[in-house]
Amino acid sequence: MTNTKLRSLDDLKQKIEQESSRKAEEKRSVLIVSAGTCGQARGSLKVIDSLEKEIQKRNLEDRIAVKITGCHGFCEAEPNIIIQPNNLFYQNVQPKDAEAIIEETILNGQVIDRLLYREPGTEETTLAGPDIGFYKKQMRIVLGDNEHIEPIKIDDYFAVGGYSAIAKVLQEMSPEEVIEEIKKSGLRGRGGAGFPTGNKWAFSRKAKGDKKYIICNADEGDPGAYMDRSLMEGNPHRVLEGMIIGAYAIGADEGYIYIRDEYPVALKHITTAIQNAEKLGLLGDDILGSGFNFKVHISRGAGAFVCGEETAMIESIEGGVGVPRQRPPFPSVKGLWKKPTNINNVETWGNVPIIINKGADWYAKIGTANSKGTKIFSLVGKINNTGLVEVPMGITLREVIYDVGGGIPENKAFKAVQTGGPSGGCLPAEKLDLPIDYASLIEAGSIMGSGGMIVMDENTCMVDVAKYFLNFLRDESCGKCMSCREGTQRLWEIVDKITTGKGKMADMQLLEELSIAVKDASMCGLGQTAANPVLSTLRYFKDEYITHIKDKKCPAGVCKELITYSVIDENCTGCLTCKKVCPSGAVSGELKEIHSIDREKCIKCGACLEACNFDAIKVE
Amino acid sequence: MLHDQTEFEDIIQKHPQEKRSMIPILQDLQAKYNYLPPVALNMVSQALDVPLIDIISVASFYNAFSLEPKGEHQITVCIGTACHVRGAPLILEEFERKLDVEAGHTRNDGKYSLDSVACLGCCAIGPVVVVDGEYHAQTGIRDAGKITKMLEKKEKTND
Amino acid sequence: MIKMFINNLEVQAEEGWTIRDACEFYGLEIPTLCYDPGLSNYGGCRLCLVEIGKSPDTKLVSSCTYPCEEGLNVHTDTKRVIKARKMMIELMLSVAPGSKVIQDLASKFGVTQMRFEVRNEECVMCGLCIRMCAEQMDAKAIGFQNRGYKRKISTPFDAKSKVCRECGGCMYVCPACQARCQGPNAEDPVCNACLQMDPTCVDVYGEATCWMYDAGRCGTCVRPPEAESEKQGSVKE
Repeated sequence: MTNTKLRSLDDLKQKIEQESSRKAEEKRSVLIVSAGTCGQARGSLKVIDSLEKEIQKRNLEDRIAVKITGCHGFCEAEPNIIIQPNNLFYQNVQPKDAEAIIEETILNGQVIDRLLYREPGTEETTLAGPDIGFYKKQMRIVLGDNEHIEPIKIDDYFAVGGYSAIAKVLQEMSPEEVIEEIKKSGLRGRGGAGFPTGNKWAFSRKAKGDKKYIICNADEGDPGAYMDRSLMEGNPHRVLEGMIIGAYAIGADEGYIYIRDEYPVALKHITTAIQNAEKLGLLGDDILGSGFNFKVHISRGAGAFVCGEETAMIESIEGGVGVPRQRPPFPSVKGLWKKPTNINNVETWGNVPIIINKGADWYAKIGTANSKGTKIFSLVGKINNTGLVEVPMGITLREVIYDVGGGIPENKAFKAVQTGGPSGGCLPAEKLDLPIDYASLIEAGSIMGSGGMIVMDENTCMVDVAKYFLNFLRDESCGKCMSCREGTQRLWEIVDKITTGKGKMADMQLLEELSIAVKDASMCGLGQTAANPVLSTLRYFKDEYITHIKDKKCPAGVCKELITYSVIDENCTGCLTCKKVCPSGAVSGELKEIHSIDREKCIKCGACLEACNFDAIKVE
Repeated sequence: MLHDQTEFEDIIQKHPQEKRSMIPILQDLQAKYNYLPPVALNMVSQALDVPLIDIISVASFYNAFSLEPKGEHQITVCIGTACHVRGAPLILEEFERKLDVEAGHTRNDGKYSLDSVACLGCCAIGPVVVVDGEYHAQTGIRDAGKITKMLEKKEKTND
Repeated sequence: MIKMFINNLEVQAEEGWTIRDACEFYGLEIPTLCYDPGLSNYGGCRLCLVEIGKSPDTKLVSSCTYPCEEGLNVHTDTKRVIKARKMMIELMLSVAPGSKVIQDLASKFGVTQMRFEVRNEECVMCGLCIRMCAEQMDAKAIGFQNRGYKRKISTPFDAKSKVCRECGGCMYVCPACQARCQGPNAEDPVCNACLQMDPTCVDVYGEATCWMYDAGRCGTCVRPPEAESEKQGSVKE
């Protein structure tokens, strides 16, 4: 890796060619290990360590290389390895597998069957990564490069053609032409609202003033969503390249990346990426001799969901509390320090380079009429193949959950899928064939949101889910608007009463009335969408609310005051396990005797259910 | 708790003396002292020429800051949606019982702080519990007991 | 001058006016709580809501903070506005039933029920005290702390303030401190002692058509609404 500054477009093109060739000429076998934050938490670093030690032991450095990349998206399979040149995919690799991998697979060309991906249900194995159920229906135009890149190495980004979009823009396109291309592509904001990106850029360009800013919204606050983290950790230069192109198009010379406090690895990688880009002259003054100046600063969030809202984010960068501002004036006209400011989400910026490189026409062929391109979703919750999936717009929920996600674990029944985070809604089984696009999700009572897709099964209580989101929102509300601050608190109180058996039928009417008031009267997006979880669960799961109110029962077995734990006599082996873990001494029974649970003492902590190996605990 | 005021000076002076430095300065103070000492906040107010009440507004608005000292050990349970659906609330409650501290607070003897966080972005490996910066994946209710025992053992060997 | 429409009337507004300013100029009463002519606009109480835009793309905004714009279409008393306004008052009552200002608002706008658990905190977070202290008295002794449902107003560290002038300005502007309602007894948190008539023209015309809440002027409230077949007035969405 060289640190010579690139002073012209020719320098850049040469560098890209140089690194691409280096990659193409790689003769060694490469073991690519997924090591983003989740990968690390599951032990990727230990696997890497043992692989490197094994290679060293056998003096095979000239035949085998280990590549440490960011997230490959298939979190359930981590630590996972992709072995090139054959795309062989090994999942759930342990440090002790290092020897076998080197010996059997690399040296003797043998596949280790137990490390192969197995299709949930059929247990069919697949060899190559792209063929496995999880990846087959995906279209990883944004996240795909993660597996080729060691995030702290800018050269790896050049090797996949990185920064060639900048070369194209600076060589052939005027700022207006760039904006037209983005407009033509149909790209819409990936942060949640889905505002047409080209139009936003056009407003920002048109705004009066010599000083303009762009901001990358990396605050990703929706619980359950981590797409942006993966892109920032695994391919930070992709985001930077998008921002540089955007700054050029809009006429901004300064940019900020507002990154969540809770993402230390992403922060580290983006900081390194900025430093490397500056060293090579891709950021700074007179970029590549074009006369265009642009520098990027990092602004760290401090733990407030509302700062994902554009104007609250601006307030935060300026050094204040994250209270949103009245619009108009819009940030494009008067934003950061009252200057025109263009804010886009990480994934939106990440789409820009490929639109420039492959063209708006190519991009617009993907997706539906009103939703072009792909969307990255975090497919989590009660799902077999947990991970980050990038799919073309228009794919159905069913395909994502069953074909890509491999269905529900333990063959439990699908109950709902939640999209859009706290601003979204829960969609039931009858909506599984809905095509994923901005309009259809809104019509169904949810929103696209930033990409969180949480799957729920028969053991998820939808009233509890509504309560969960309301609890989140009443805490995260900035507190300014009466409708949001007091409204979410009161909504939570009513739903809480319902989950503890104190609800009345009239409560449902009140929930709906108050929800509409919260939606209508609040100033910002947080308040305006705060009622969606309640409204969507009332719309599709009204019976569950009624059961909680009238029968004082929780069918899913979640709401503590409405459930009881008991022993299933036929299954009990008298092993004393539940008795040992019970914190309140509610279990009685001696060894080999059928145990029983004292309802007065039982605090419903769930420890016995978790510990029992014989399915002898019942919750109803 | 007494602190060396020159240390505060050093931290504050590292940044441009303008309102926009408010959050970065507080982040540095929080990182070093595990809370925001009142004396330091007074100094920030003077250095940035921002009324003290505004500093307090910012300090109390964001989750990252605490006006009271945190415990020696910090246990954070993720209660993001995916972790919630996988049983995080019961895990949090078990930690409350085992550590004898209410969520969102520090135990009276200053040993443990138990907090919840809305999402760490590790949903695939949930439920997640972070203990002194170390991520524990796929935790269950019984892990609360195991982790508590491990922390207590650490305490004993330190005494 | 900015040309815009309020309740279908073409009006002229000055540069820099908010919708509330324009309505005040034209004699249209918009209820407010956190607004004070001597202090900056806050827009937190959500009482001054008006409906803007052209159907079906309308939305509610706080008139005290929304700037007048060329061609803006404003309606001050549509069904949607009235519903939201009444709910705001209901929420305020649930927190500060002892405030005469809020009880008066309830009576004036026909809020006769309060369906939430009374919390008797008195403070509705309107922020008037903070702005009074900062802007008029230049003391900046108190401010908002925390966020969401834990929001509160206090001095730094809840300690006696070194900069407080003890002027009483905060109490002077506070809607809860100003005057205690003599009405509420323990059983019912909604007083309604001075309840006025609920405008029935809303159901007929889709919005309240008497600008001064001068009940009886148009007669709709005191005579039964026309049957559907006899109606001649336009019904707005």
